[in-house]
Amino acid sequence: MVWIVRNLWLIPALPAAAAAVIALSRQAQRKLSAGLAIGSMGISLLLALIALAHMLAQPATEYVNFRWIEFGSEWLKFGWMLDPLTAIMLVMVTLVSLLIFIFSVGYMAHDENFTRFFCFLALFAGAMLGVVIANNLVLLFMCWEVVGLTSYLLIGFWYHKPEAAAAAKKAFIVTRIGDLGLFLGMLWLYSLSGTLVFYDNGAGCLEHAAVSAMVAHAAALGLTASSAIGLLIFCGAAGKSGQVPLHVWLPDAMEGPTPVSALIHAATMVAAGVFLIARMYPLISATANGGTSQALEVVAWVGAITALFAAFIAVAQDDIKRILAYSTISQLGYMMLGLAVGGVAVGIFHLITHAFFKSLLFLGAGSVIHGCNGEQDIHKMGGLRKRMPITFATYAAGMLALCGVPLFAGFWSKDEILHSAHGWNVSAVPYYLGAAAALLTAFYMTRQVAYVFFGKNRMAAEAGAEHADEHAAGHAAGHGADAHGTGHGVGEVHESPAVMTVPLIILALFATFLGFVGTPAWPWFQAFLGGRHAALDFRAFAGSGILPLMAISSLIVFAGLGLAWWLYGRKPIESAEATDALARIMPGPFHVLARRVYVDEVYGVMVIGPARWCARAMNWADRWVWNGAVQAVAGLVTGVAWIDSSLDAAVINTGFDRGCEGVSRGGWLVTRVQSGRVQSYLRVLGIALVALVLFLFWSHKG
Amino acid sequence: MTAPFVILAILAIAGATAAMTLRKLVHCALALAVCFVGLAGLYLNLNAQFVGLVQILVYVGAVVILIVFAILLTRHDELPAQTSRTRIAGLGVSALVFALLAWAVTAGGAKFGAAGTQPEAAIKDIGSALMQRYVLPLEVVGLLLTAALIGAVVIAMEEKKSK
Amino acid sequence: MMTPLNGFLFISALLFAIGLGGALTRRSAILVLVGIELMLNAANLNFIAFWRYGPHPEALTGVLFVIFSIAIAAAEAAVGLALIQAVYRHAKTTDVNELDAMKG
Repeated sequence: MVWIVRNLWLIPALPAAAAAVIALSRQAQRKLSAGLAIGSMGISLLLALIALAHMLAQPATEYVNFRWIEFGSEWLKFGWMLDPLTAIMLVMVTLVSLLIFIFSVGYMAHDENFTRFFCFLALFAGAMLGVVIANNLVLLFMCWEVVGLTSYLLIGFWYHKPEAAAAAKKAFIVTRIGDLGLFLGMLWLYSLSGTLVFYDNGAGCLEHAAVSAMVAHAAALGLTASSAIGLLIFCGAAGKSGQVPLHVWLPDAMEGPTPVSALIHAATMVAAGVFLIARMYPLISATANGGTSQALEVVAWVGAITALFAAFIAVAQDDIKRILAYSTISQLGYMMLGLAVGGVAVGIFHLITHAFFKSLLFLGAGSVIHGCNGEQDIHKMGGLRKRMPITFATYAAGMLALCGVPLFAGFWSKDEILHSAHGWNVSAVPYYLGAAAALLTAFYMTRQVAYVFFGKNRMAAEAGAEHADEHAAGHAAGHGADAHGTGHGVGEVHESPAVMTVPLIILALFATFLGFVGTPAWPWFQAFLGGRHAALDFRAFAGSGILPLMAISSLIVFAGLGLAWWLYGRKPIESAEATDALARIMPGPFHVLARRVYVDEVYGVMVIGPARWCARAMNWADRWVWNGAVQAVAGLVTGVAWIDSSLDAAVINTGFDRGCEGVSRGGWLVTRVQSGRVQSYLRVLGIALVALVLFLFWSHKG
Repeated sequence: MTAPFVILAILAIAGATAAMTLRKLVHCALALAVCFVGLAGLYLNLNAQFVGLVQILVYVGAVVILIVFAILLTRHDELPAQTSRTRIAGLGVSALVFALLAWAVTAGGAKFGAAGTQPEAAIKDIGSALMQRYVLPLEVVGLLLTAALIGAVVIAMEEKKSK
Repeated sequence: MMTPLNGFLFISALLFAIGLGGALTRRSAILVLVGIELMLNAANLNFIAFWRYGPHPEALTGVLFVIFSIAIAAAEAAVGLALIQAVYRHAKTTDVNELDAMKG
């Protein structure tokens, strides 16, 4: 076993240790904390690259297990594993984290809790890497929960804002609902297979023996046990990855600092759900006859519906980060769909490309927000193309990748999902849902870019009407949505510093060119995950209808781009108050979408309403039923006591006085015991010792 | 019941009694040293040479000196005797405990004990036992002593008046 | 009947009782600590006596236990006396009768 596999634990341990050190250092030590976080991430990236190189040399599943806790006759085994999937994820997480850490140095420069921020970020990175290398569902679950915790901490980072605190709680509770399913799945899996180690010389729960036993085992409703467990695990994945109907927390999570949105709520943590499905794929996809398992069918439908549903909502949002949040949900739906219809490689390929272009888009949005002194409403931006050229260029690259414009990274990965969905043997509907979502994706991204980067700069115009001189300062104070930028005192919209733009450029390069590792002609990525060798073969384009499908999806994308440009880009948008072009055409549907299809409101009525009603009923019962009973009993007792006292006043009185004296003397004796003097305590101790010995002696004899 | 035993026992008991009854604290400390020396003699009498020497080194050489320092560093004017109630109660309790122990000794102590063997606790054996079977307790005790050392310094350190 | 073991055990019991009596009746906190030291020594004497006359003297258990006990007693004495120092600085007395801040 080579060095890197034995020491794979170092990759998550380094950022976690950095987090511990930062937690112990003082708030003022900004350079130290940022340096520790970035340095540990850099070393982790190097180690991850070594691991990837090792996997490239000889793809295999390697693991280290060790015994940790004994309970009864069983050992709880822990361990880590390295396979191509792990290696790819390690490199992606460490690279994206590193870039976002660097970006954060610039973005959070004015925040007084800079040190705390880096502590949480490093802890998050450690836990996320732990999820990736865990060879045990328990260990994975533990890291998974730590990831959830850091997500909570970082969403609520600006906890003085009530929305941020509420969003943090919402994220924690909604994902917890999914985690309950995951936990039940874990318990069921353990009770059936007797182990939660993934790979353990044939004895692991993802290996052939255990999986085939679970396929043979029938659960209720015509499900096999493996599918039922898979569905429970998918609950956890859906919560983490924001699949419908557990997606409601992700848009609200945008209350956190923008680098957090980029790192946790776009690139890595939300992808953990997708990764979990990929990791458990041998179990979830297992069937007796080699068809599609019931669990995978559910995953495909949920994914396809999520992709389309979230894309619809994104069309009508005004907040630059919320658009990206719904876009993330939509893309996560794509990944789930890809996993279900095309296998691990298809879903994970989109996960990787998405991680790069979506974190690019979020960081770009962060740069825009930073440059606009905290403004997040796209109606109030505009014309930033000239003022922030680097941000615009990189943002455009990310946007084209996300839309799936040919030759950009997103094109190859998304096209592969659509191609697999087209060939799915269960139903063709997910393909149409996915294609429709692709159209909407192109539409809403074009709308956003048109609003933000083109047209007139409505921000200056609006602010200029208020105060000629200090327009942006007042503006930032008025709209300080990101609680940021007020420290500048600079009014002008400005390009971000190099510490922010350089990560953007690197990410833009990835977003543009990463797709070429997984084209149909050279499916290196898919081959690597499958443990095969990839060959360059341009004839692959000709086979099995790939070219027509590519043409169709390109047409769809360009249709979306063109439609949006026709609506939003044709005439420059002049005023911040102007009605949305789409809202003019279809006011009704647009309004519904702008209110996010009332999902939050439906939950409010369906879940929170009944809960409140229950609480009210309980309160009423408490006040009238229980309290009434208590009052009745009390009244009865008082009445009896009154009769008693009036009848036997003399007797009782005398007796009572004696009793009182006795009690107070007893109380006096008890306070004497609490003299506060050591020696009286010691005396009692000595007497007690004698009494105890005598008691034991006689009880032994008798 | 040999003569050395009787002499050493009387030394230890007399030292202990004096240490607990004399009025002046310094006298008490000196009596305590006598008691410890008597105990060390008893250990030697029991063939436990190493423990006897350690007793002299640690107790006579260190603990008693520490106590003398503590006496010097606190106000050493004589405290009045404890109230008679407390004295009587305390002496009663200690007499009770002694009665219990003495009764336990006479009732159960004769089961074994008159053995004629003369076991030796060679320092070599003690050393190898400390380094092999008892190495973990040894390390823990080392840690404890370090912690106690630091703790004692921190506790006794003069607090900064101005902060 | 008075075996040699019984003799040592009696001495030990007497030492323990003297230590306890001192700890219970003296007013100076330092002497209370001295009483506790005496009780510890009585226990040590018990260990050595049982080792000497016990069935397995070659195991050295009693001797080693006493060695550890002496080490811990030394630590205890150091910390205890330091505490007395700190308390003295705070309350200007070592009289245990007056140190009753924990009175109920």
